[in-house]
Amino acid sequence: MKKLIIALAATAAVLGGFAGSASAQEKKKICFIYVGSKTDGGWTQAHDIGRQALQKALDDKIETPFLESVPEGPDAERAIERMARSGCALIYTTSFGFMDATVKVAAKFPNVKFEHATGFKSAENLATYNSRFYEGRYIQGQIAAKMSKKGVAGYIASFPIPEVVMGINAFELGAKSVNPNFKLKVVWANTWFDPGKEADAAKALIDQGVDILTQHTDTTAPMQVAAERGILAFGQASDMIAAGPKTQLTAIVDTWGAYYIKRTKAVLDGSWKSEQIWDGLKDGILTMAPYTNMPDDVKAMAEETEAKIKSGELHPFTGPINKQDGSEWLKAGEKAEDGVLLGMNFYIEGVDDKLPK
Amino acid sequence: MFEAILLTVITASTPLVIAALGELVTERSGVLNLGVEGMMIMGAVAAFATAQLTGSAYLGILGGIIGGGIFSLLFGFLTLTLVANQVATGLALTILGLGLSGQLGEAFVGMPGVRLQPIVIPLLSDIPFFGRVLFSQDLIFYMSVALVFGISWFLFKSRAGLKMRAIGDSHGSAHTLGINVVRTRYLAVLFGGACAGLAGAQLSLVYTPQWVENMTAGRGWIALALVVFASWRPLRVLAGGYLFGAVGIGQLHAQLLAQSGGIAIPSQLLSALPYVATIVVLIIISHNRRTTLINTPASLGKPFVPDR
Amino acid sequence: MRIELQKRANTSMLFSVLSPLLALALTLIAGAIMFGLLGKSPLNSLYIYFVEPLLDVWSLHELAIKAAPLILIAVGLSVCFRSNNWNIGAEGQFTIGAITGSILPVLNPEWHSPLILPLMLIMGMIGGALYAGIPALLKTRFNTNEILTSLMLVYIAQLFLDWLVRGPWRDPQGYNFPQTKSFQSEAVLPEILDSGRAHLGIVFALIAAVALWFMMRFMLKGFQVSVLGQSERAGRFAGFSAKKMVWFSMLLSGALAGLAGISEVSGSIGHVQPVISPGYGFTAIIVAFLGRLNPLGIIASGFVLALTYLGGEAAQLSLGISDKVSRVFQGLILFFVLSCDTLIHYRIRLIVNPSATQEGKS
Repeated sequence: MKKLIIALAATAAVLGGFAGSASAQEKKKICFIYVGSKTDGGWTQAHDIGRQALQKALDDKIETPFLESVPEGPDAERAIERMARSGCALIYTTSFGFMDATVKVAAKFPNVKFEHATGFKSAENLATYNSRFYEGRYIQGQIAAKMSKKGVAGYIASFPIPEVVMGINAFELGAKSVNPNFKLKVVWANTWFDPGKEADAAKALIDQGVDILTQHTDTTAPMQVAAERGILAFGQASDMIAAGPKTQLTAIVDTWGAYYIKRTKAVLDGSWKSEQIWDGLKDGILTMAPYTNMPDDVKAMAEETEAKIKSGELHPFTGPINKQDGSEWLKAGEKAEDGVLLGMNFYIEGVDDKLPK
Repeated sequence: MFEAILLTVITASTPLVIAALGELVTERSGVLNLGVEGMMIMGAVAAFATAQLTGSAYLGILGGIIGGGIFSLLFGFLTLTLVANQVATGLALTILGLGLSGQLGEAFVGMPGVRLQPIVIPLLSDIPFFGRVLFSQDLIFYMSVALVFGISWFLFKSRAGLKMRAIGDSHGSAHTLGINVVRTRYLAVLFGGACAGLAGAQLSLVYTPQWVENMTAGRGWIALALVVFASWRPLRVLAGGYLFGAVGIGQLHAQLLAQSGGIAIPSQLLSALPYVATIVVLIIISHNRRTTLINTPASLGKPFVPDR
Repeated sequence: MRIELQKRANTSMLFSVLSPLLALALTLIAGAIMFGLLGKSPLNSLYIYFVEPLLDVWSLHELAIKAAPLILIAVGLSVCFRSNNWNIGAEGQFTIGAITGSILPVLNPEWHSPLILPLMLIMGMIGGALYAGIPALLKTRFNTNEILTSLMLVYIAQLFLDWLVRGPWRDPQGYNFPQTKSFQSEAVLPEILDSGRAHLGIVFALIAAVALWFMMRFMLKGFQVSVLGQSERAGRFAGFSAKKMVWFSMLLSGALAGLAGISEVSGSIGHVQPVISPGYGFTAIIVAFLGRLNPLGIIASGFVLALTYLGGEAAQLSLGISDKVSRVFQGLILFFVLSCDTLIHYRIRLIVNPSATQEGKS
């Protein structure tokens, strides 16, 4: 019985192979797996907007089916495998927690291409992609130091993973480049997405004396609280100006569309290769929301910094930088390596919080 | 700063108190409705949608109450008329509510909300400290206070409340005495749904004036736990709700204080404090077996069919 | 006009069989209407939702993987609920069981003995049982209600897991992401067939279900459970100890939930991470009641519920139906099944003219 099944499967695979080459005129399936809802107003919605941009750009050549609200864990593996079985040519798995599931399925389906967001395990048919959010954080830090009267900013952090730690460090570095005594207060919300908790965290920070707010959680709740209390804030993952017309200074907007189009085209013309991609402002994988609610000179500074980052003239993590305990991390002029950043588990000098060991 | 913290605690605790009070009434009549989370989220989306479409947050409150109430009737029909299993039906209600609210609310994601403005009570609000904290609040907060005392009075001082408690303790005996068990229970379920809906309205009109899927984030379950914590007594619901809310907010401040003091406390430990506190306090207050038993509705969850 | 129920003298055998079929029929009709309103072909949608997941070997494996923890936890809960102990914290016991079961592979990644897997499973069961012992202790010693304590402990367990994988148990080569090292191959629950990734979890679930059915049906313990659940006084007269039953039922359901936890981590995931369960402990409560608190019935209801998850996913992909609609549909299915079950115990009469039909004879 088992041999029969294997024989049938092999036949199907061969026939499928023929079918694949015969239907070159058919639309290719470029598939997406989301950890959240496509209308979550945050991380997943940004990916879905990218997907829509992709669909629009290559409408006659591709379809873009997707699965949303897939829990990380065994459900993820099933969902990804389901997509691979349904004939997807390329599958984007858009959450770190999908990493091992993607690896397992990629091993089973060597002819399907996979791209995993924010992960670090790759294979011949599995690439990883990430965005240099920290570049935006650096700019935000500079703005914060200019706009804050008290010299203290509040940071609503989600979970202590490298991406978030990188963001905190970059923000503080940017702030210190303007005001060497700038301080940062961090609250761990232990969620990516819970408007009530985020609002409470924002209120706690404001009650403890910060006058500028930034967040690494996804809802507009902190922005709303900031608007209500009359302090300035930065948006996250999407432009949150609607929630705080007089409040938002800028936001880091995830703009995945250009990246998706670039890589999908590579699949379509056969030039796709597995890489570990980490694009930044210059590649358009993230953009800064318009600089608002600030005087012209601050705006000019921000734009200048943005231009310098894009041209490569400025790298936010350039020494001299010390770690939180005072020990030297980067010498003068030395730039941080990508590998170190991707696994970042330490704070730089000036951040008071303590990380888990 | 203490005043600001208290205001935050009030905002965080109010939805828990309201939802728990509604469920308390339902359970006092002998019905166990585990669908509080579902009714709350339906109330939240109904309230937000109504406020957006009419421009009035007050109509939004009405929308929330009606939304939660209508949704609870579904539960009522299944468990009271068709005598289906209450536990499973309540859980099914939660699943349905989460899915339905997500579907209905899709169009409203990202819209800036209509915030319910505070009503400042003249004269009383001039009292230092208490004036600002207690008498310059939004309507829903005032309603929550009224509900505590109103339900207390109803249950323990009114004939109708006595009848309801009788049903909750022994529906068979109550039926024999001529009390219409099913109708009273329907009203109790409806009231519970309306309260859950009102609590949901507070979330989307006051706490964080916006709509996102699953924004109740498990508060319905906390409310259920609070009813048990309170031994089915309204004033204790108030205490429990505020205990939970206060510890929840307090732990955020503790995080910040530890930070500036250079002490490393895992944030998960602090986040666990509200749950630990609730257990500890419950152990202390439910130590006396007799008083606990007196207050537990003995017919809770048991199916009832009037035999004529 | 009103609906009136009359209790049947004996539970209707006919309706015990018909009721699920009736529920299915109602679900299909409601589904057809719903899909039609969404602009999809009703027949095709229902096919994709209910039939397609059963046609593919891979899909059947996935069904088993999804159903296994649900069944395993639910059968334990059925004993608990029958004895009137309301363990709402199975999710927490699942989590703790997963943690205690993972101690060996996480702390000794180089230990390659075939002993490691049985030890892991046993430790998982012990962990889950001990964690359920907390509400049991609080109930018997301090008279604290187990609904609240077990529920609060769920959140505490999840926070504890979060702290572990972000701190002491973090994989040192993992770029500081919250995950342990992948388990060594001896510590992974093996697949039962080569044709898919279903692992021993489903075997445990089926064995547990049959064993508990046997216990409830034929053994004195089962009788004790039923009697104490219906009336504590009657149980006391018979010499049964309610306190001992609290311990027995809670420890049993905790152990099974813990076993489900370590099976899931070891078999399906292969390492420990912050999110290991999409709410199995709570979904299992529904499974338990849908199975009428009968372990054999739970096998069926576990598979049915797993089918609704798989079908919902397939519908999302093939039909473009959103996951929210899938969840609505899932809720509706549950409502129909619960409503139709009424017919087993009661007759339904439509009373049109109340004065004329005072007796309501069938």
